[in-house]
Amino acid sequence: MADIIVTARNLSKSYYRESLEIPVLHNINLDIPNGQFLALMGPSGSGKTTLLNLLAGIDQPTTGTLTVAGEEMSRLSDRELARWRARHIGFVFQFYNLMPVLTAYENVELPLLLTHLSKKERRQHVETALGIVGLSDRMRHYPRQLSGGQEQRVAIARAIVSDPTLILADEPTGDLDKQSAEEIMTLLSRLNAEFKKTIIMVTHDPRAAEKAGLVRHLDKGELDG
Amino acid sequence: MKVFKLIIRNAMRHRLRTFLTVLGLALAVMAFGLIRTLVDAWYAGARIAPPDRLVTRHAVSFTFTLPLAYLEQIQKIDGVSAVTPAVWFGGIYIDPKNFFGNFAVDPVTYLDMYKEIIVQPEELKEVLADRRGAIVGRRLADRFGWKVGDKVPLIGTIYPGNWEFTIRAIYHGRDKDTDETAFLFRFDYLDEVMRETAPGRAGQAGWFGVKINDANRAAEIGAAIDSRFKNSWAETKTETEKEFVLGFIQMADVLIAGLRIISYLIIGVILLVLVNTMVMTARERISENAFLRVLGFRNFHLIGLILGESLAMACAGGIAGMGLLAMTSRLVGQALSIYLPGYYVGLETYVIVVAAAVIVGCLASIFPIQRAVSIKIIDGLRVVD
Repeated sequence: MADIIVTARNLSKSYYRESLEIPVLHNINLDIPNGQFLALMGPSGSGKTTLLNLLAGIDQPTTGTLTVAGEEMSRLSDRELARWRARHIGFVFQFYNLMPVLTAYENVELPLLLTHLSKKERRQHVETALGIVGLSDRMRHYPRQLSGGQEQRVAIARAIVSDPTLILADEPTGDLDKQSAEEIMTLLSRLNAEFKKTIIMVTHDPRAAEKAGLVRHLDKGELDG
Repeated sequence: MKVFKLIIRNAMRHRLRTFLTVLGLALAVMAFGLIRTLVDAWYAGARIAPPDRLVTRHAVSFTFTLPLAYLEQIQKIDGVSAVTPAVWFGGIYIDPKNFFGNFAVDPVTYLDMYKEIIVQPEELKEVLADRRGAIVGRRLADRFGWKVGDKVPLIGTIYPGNWEFTIRAIYHGRDKDTDETAFLFRFDYLDEVMRETAPGRAGQAGWFGVKINDANRAAEIGAAIDSRFKNSWAETKTETEKEFVLGFIQMADVLIAGLRIISYLIIGVILLVLVNTMVMTARERISENAFLRVLGFRNFHLIGLILGESLAMACAGGIAGMGLLAMTSRLVGQALSIYLPGYYVGLETYVIVVAAAVIVGCLASIFPIQRAVSIKIIDGLRVVD
């Protein structure tokens, strides 16, 4: 049996607007094995992105425990969480979140600046990552010189360049046309199948979800089954 | 990729805005520097006055004269090493707008005491050989295109009549601050003419320059000089040359204070210009900064980027401003050379400008930094540029 990389127990999350409690996630129990490609589906407001943010350590649950890559998240300080994220999490956003003033190469290199890798080692990693996403010939291009699909591929290269334990993708095809979305999903599938990367993807696109090994549904903050 | 590169690229993200910000900073720095230099120039005379030189004048007012006979008596006072007479002539060259300071002095003792005035020995000989010989400052000569041998007519005001002098020497200053706009001529010539035309005004000096052996005894020697002439019909007031010059400057104290206040307000303007830009920057980069934190960048990284950008702009403005200051101060200095011969930008002003740029750069980054590090990551990610 594969290692369990994510364990959530009785995980709940509520937001507060003034004194009003707005429950977002309710009693989530989840185990994700290493190497899994999980798609989280659900309507808007169902708590998909909130769950992803909890898994990424950029938000804290209201109650319950969450262990990701061997660390119980609630025990980590902000400083430790930052270090932990740099080591374990690769994040892909719907709107790419590339730095417009940096080239594709420099954007991908960004997470490596937090490591002790030499310039030469960083170059090797960046070239490999960009090679995997098929953008070796676009290294010196700025985001504005790339198509949406290419920008998302750069974002994926940035997510994998530090070889993270977990890739989290929040609607990675949400801003793309059909063909680009297909390419991105093929790429994520390849990362999972070929490079054994664990991927948790939030989407409400059924065609995207088809590429995942497992699909779970969230509705009104509760996870199916 | 270096962090510095990212800072510069961030700063250049909105080129027009950055250009206008840097230009605003540069103009403000230039204005600050010009005003500060003006204030410095105002005090230049006092600044360079050596502590071992005193000025003895009439106790009532500078406009009253003292008997020339005082010279020998002052010379006998313990601690005095040299005395030289001088008088403000107040002559007009063709038109009152051609104003410059003109004094009757004893060339030998005067130049021996005021060693910052450099006259070539052969030219001094010519002055001593010609009772109407004059020594003019280099800048004054340049201003009117005078050269040695030229005749200069002056219309007397305090000493009526038409006077004509021949330029026999052109002096230059030993230091940058030395006034090179004075017109000096022989005291004995003025005195001789006075004996012939207005005998009651002969044998009078406007003031005495007094050189002393020990600067630490200035107050004591000054008091001794004044006590020597106490209860005489022309009592004296002796003070250090610095105090003497400051006495003139104090007449414009309010103006100088106003200029100082304006210069500090300009620093405030510099700060506001940069704060405005940095606040806009902070607002635009909320999601980007949040994303950097998702990647694992920590608060000190963000502080470095924002502070670096703010400092880069402040320093660019400071450097450009110093360049403008260097250029414009020459023009202003030329325009003011008659009144403020010591108008030049001192090293201290440049140091203050650099320090102000660094401080302003730091202060302007406080709010953006506070905003970048205090916002929750998920709130930052929700912000759409």
